[in-house]
Amino acid sequence: MNAFDIWRYRFIRLLPIPRVDWTLMFLLGLVCTTGLVTLYSAGGSSFTYVFAQSMRFALGLAAMLLLASTSPMTLRRWTPWVYIGCLALLILVALFGEGRGAHRWLDLKFVRFQPSEIMKLALPMMLAWYFHRRTLPPSWRDLAICSVILGVPALLVAEQPDLGTALLIAAAGAFVIFLAGLSWWRITGIIAVCASAVPLAWQFLHEYQKNRVRVLFDPESDPLGNGWHIIQSKIAVGSGGLWGKGLGHGTQTQLAFLPEKHTDFILAVFSEEFGWLRVALLLLLYLIIIGRCLWMAAHAGDTFGRLLAGSLAMSFCVYVIVNGGMIAGVLPVVGVPLPLISYGGTSAVSLLASFGILMSIYGHRQMLAR
Amino acid sequence: MSRKLKAEADERRLLTARALQAFAVITFLMIALAGRFAWLQIFAHDQYTAQSLDNSIRQIPIAPPRGLIFDRNGVLLAENRLTYRLELVPEQAKSVAATWQGLTQIIALDTELQEDFERARTQHRKFQNVLIKPRLTEDELARLSVAMYRFPGVKIVPYLSRYYPLGSATAHIVGYVGRLDEKDLARVDPTNYAATSHIGKVGIESKYETLLHGEVGFERVEVNAAGRTVRKLARSRKAPVPGKNIYLSIDIRLQIAAAAAFDTQTGAAVAIDPANGEVLAMVSLPSFDPNLYVNGISKKNYQALILDPARPTFHRALSGTYPPGSTFKPFVAMAGLELGLRTPSDTVFSSGIFYLPNAKRGYRDWKVGGHGVINLREAMAQSVNTYFYRLALDLGIERLHDYAAQFSFGVPTGIDLNGESAGLMPSKAWKRSVTKLPWFPGETVIAGIGQGQVSVTSLQLAAAAATLAAGGVRRRPHLLLATQAQISGPIVAATLAPLNASSFIKNPANVAAVRDSMIAVLHGPTGTARAVGNGAPFLMAGKTGTAQQISANAPRNANGQVDPRFKNQALFVGFAPAMAPTIAIGLIVEQGGSGAHVAAPVGRAIFEAFLPKADDPAHVDPALADPVPATPALAASIPGESITAQDSAEPIAEEQVIDELEVDLAAELPAETTDSDPANTDPAQ
Repeated sequence: MNAFDIWRYRFIRLLPIPRVDWTLMFLLGLVCTTGLVTLYSAGGSSFTYVFAQSMRFALGLAAMLLLASTSPMTLRRWTPWVYIGCLALLILVALFGEGRGAHRWLDLKFVRFQPSEIMKLALPMMLAWYFHRRTLPPSWRDLAICSVILGVPALLVAEQPDLGTALLIAAAGAFVIFLAGLSWWRITGIIAVCASAVPLAWQFLHEYQKNRVRVLFDPESDPLGNGWHIIQSKIAVGSGGLWGKGLGHGTQTQLAFLPEKHTDFILAVFSEEFGWLRVALLLLLYLIIIGRCLWMAAHAGDTFGRLLAGSLAMSFCVYVIVNGGMIAGVLPVVGVPLPLISYGGTSAVSLLASFGILMSIYGHRQMLAR
Repeated sequence: MSRKLKAEADERRLLTARALQAFAVITFLMIALAGRFAWLQIFAHDQYTAQSLDNSIRQIPIAPPRGLIFDRNGVLLAENRLTYRLELVPEQAKSVAATWQGLTQIIALDTELQEDFERARTQHRKFQNVLIKPRLTEDELARLSVAMYRFPGVKIVPYLSRYYPLGSATAHIVGYVGRLDEKDLARVDPTNYAATSHIGKVGIESKYETLLHGEVGFERVEVNAAGRTVRKLARSRKAPVPGKNIYLSIDIRLQIAAAAAFDTQTGAAVAIDPANGEVLAMVSLPSFDPNLYVNGISKKNYQALILDPARPTFHRALSGTYPPGSTFKPFVAMAGLELGLRTPSDTVFSSGIFYLPNAKRGYRDWKVGGHGVINLREAMAQSVNTYFYRLALDLGIERLHDYAAQFSFGVPTGIDLNGESAGLMPSKAWKRSVTKLPWFPGETVIAGIGQGQVSVTSLQLAAAAATLAAGGVRRRPHLLLATQAQISGPIVAATLAPLNASSFIKNPANVAAVRDSMIAVLHGPTGTARAVGNGAPFLMAGKTGTAQQISANAPRNANGQVDPRFKNQALFVGFAPAMAPTIAIGLIVEQGGSGAHVAAPVGRAIFEAFLPKADDPAHVDPALADPVPATPALAASIPGESITAQDSAEPIAEEQVIDELEVDLAAELPAETTDSDPANTDPAQ
């Protein structure tokens, strides 16, 4: 390696070019394609949703490439400001937000978005940033500080009210703490405390939230109201069988028995029309993606990168499990989309952005590991 | 530096361990999720497939076409006519209110229709048709068809509507269909009636509903969550089985002729074929147009029918009961002969008044001064009350009651129509159960001339006449002649269980004696109705009657007194040709006055309409050559002057005695209801 090569290597390494992980890119491409095919059917065999979602994927891809080319050091530097800015937006939403029933949206005239979606990234970044400066595993004092960093945005989102997202945000933060090496004893203790707080928390739930949990155990108690989603979703899934009814032939989907079929309940469409074998394949694909992401996290160059990448991978997994559990009738109906398959811009863009961060962390590992 | 590197390495190891632990948990959760999907999609697959089909497949019932009704000669009495109704699909109309406004400019839409429309609209989904107006006329159709382009969502829908081409002529027999309501649904199989909008409410339409209705068919359609039909599933269609066509025993020519014979008078007539019990005609007047009821009768028309004092919807022939008066005499005579109390030649002296032993009050004959010594034939021909007073006393009410029941008096005839009245043939037991009073001999006396509590329907009179004409074989009167599965299919004769296969008559000569006495009524020199029998092309056997019963609708004078002309109900019972009867009739003319003057001519008109004409030599009744076979005993007993004195042009004051008689008995008689409406019996009688 001559001097020129070294110079070139260093130069290129510092250049803001996307550090694309082609393995992950390929896997994500498979999921996105599956999503578009399913949307074609869920949209009544029309390309309307497919085109709109493609645009969002393109936007998400741009965000992913941008973040993949951003150095993790830059990300880390900006982290506190991103977190504080996002927190400020959440407060703004609480004061001036809009949306049906719940105040989740912030209208910035040119774009409407949910700050809580950004918080899903900002919070683990902030915690990773914090732990990056500390010696691991975390102490009680670290834990107390983390509780504040985690608790404030989670409570703000829960107040909107959007309990599902609040829990997801809290989970993303919790994953950082878990990966930071919190001892199993402490984890067990925290889980025990949380579990004992559940009956108390139940009192604070809105009636519609309680009903969603109640119908989970007895959907037939309100078959046309709260139970409708669960019943129809289970019928769609169950009637799909091993091989499915075929693209565009799902009666539950095409005859409008399935609610929210192109957004939160798209997995029911997939299950009905493609059958169990392909559901299992899809879950396997998700598992491989998660595995790849965790592998990338384990190989990151610094603590910030490792914790953030690991947390993002585990959050992704939570979306899949929670959405899948809801479709299969084992978890309450919460507004969690199926990653990269459900129709929706915010989710697609923020997910692809998080994969961009992952790629950046992994792609810049040598530079940081020095 | 090395310490920091070591810490870095520790941290890396720590995270790698945690990532591996996390991945293990995630893998476990993913497998669990895949397992849950496997449970739903593989093990519970059949159950959820069934639920999914339940969701999306609807069975749409198809109404079977209702069977047609014909008379015995195949004349159509009830048909399904292609009719058009106007409907609106609310979601396709720009504005429902504006559409309604626009339509009122073109066709007549009253507030009743609008109320129905608004009510129906709330019960239908917005993509379902809502009725605007049923039964569009030709004129409305024409005007609508050129304006339809202005009303999106408005549709002219063809449908089959029940129609009775002969209208009022068959209203009481055929009855009518009406809209299926909750009460109807409770007594039919709801599945079979899922698509049916109308059901037989009255008459044959109701009685043979099961034959006429048929079996529901269905087709399967796929619907979406809103219930909107997406497509038809062609292969799983099951065609409905049409209702059976029904042939009635009614001869519509005779039916119309019988109604015409009444002219404008109210009353009822029934004609039966004695050979088999087939009802040839059944008239109840006044009648009504049954077509009014088919698509829901309007309030105005309904009020008009219900408030009409003549009660056109009341089936007089089936449910109207009247005292039979002298038309009861042939059957009292039969009892006397058959039970061995009289022979045809036994005579009785009529002094003009009949006294019970130890009683001051007498029971009169209609002829002042009496009829003299008379036998059965003259008693019948001249309608001599004394003969029957005495005979009834000799029989006693119990024997009379039991014997009359064999002729269907006091018991339903069992005709295949709903709502038949049993009439009343009183007995000691009956009186005790109703009034707690003992039976008085005077009641037996007047029962012998068909007065007092005795009441009959015109159907019972006809059935009794048919039984007598058939020599004592009692056959169930019936209307159902045959059924037919399809219009081109074979006509299958209906079989009804006969009431009595054999005759209850002990001595056929007794029937002949009574028949001869009834011939004398119409053809004998002393017959009360000889003016009616005069010139008839066939021999008739009959008996007239004049009974007193005041209809509620009888005109009254300023003092509230009923015009005497309206007090009497005129009756006639008989059969013809007398020697080989093919038709037996019973009829009543309300407020008819004299039976001989009013009822008997109607009876002859019915006979003439049914029997072959006189100008057909092949059909002249051979029995006419010697209408009244004379017996020596009888000839001697008839005073010559009484024949000449009886001018048929004079009003025959038959049974005038009854006026006083009933006043006499009023104290011990229960208030009698001879009609379903108690107001019909004037307590002042």
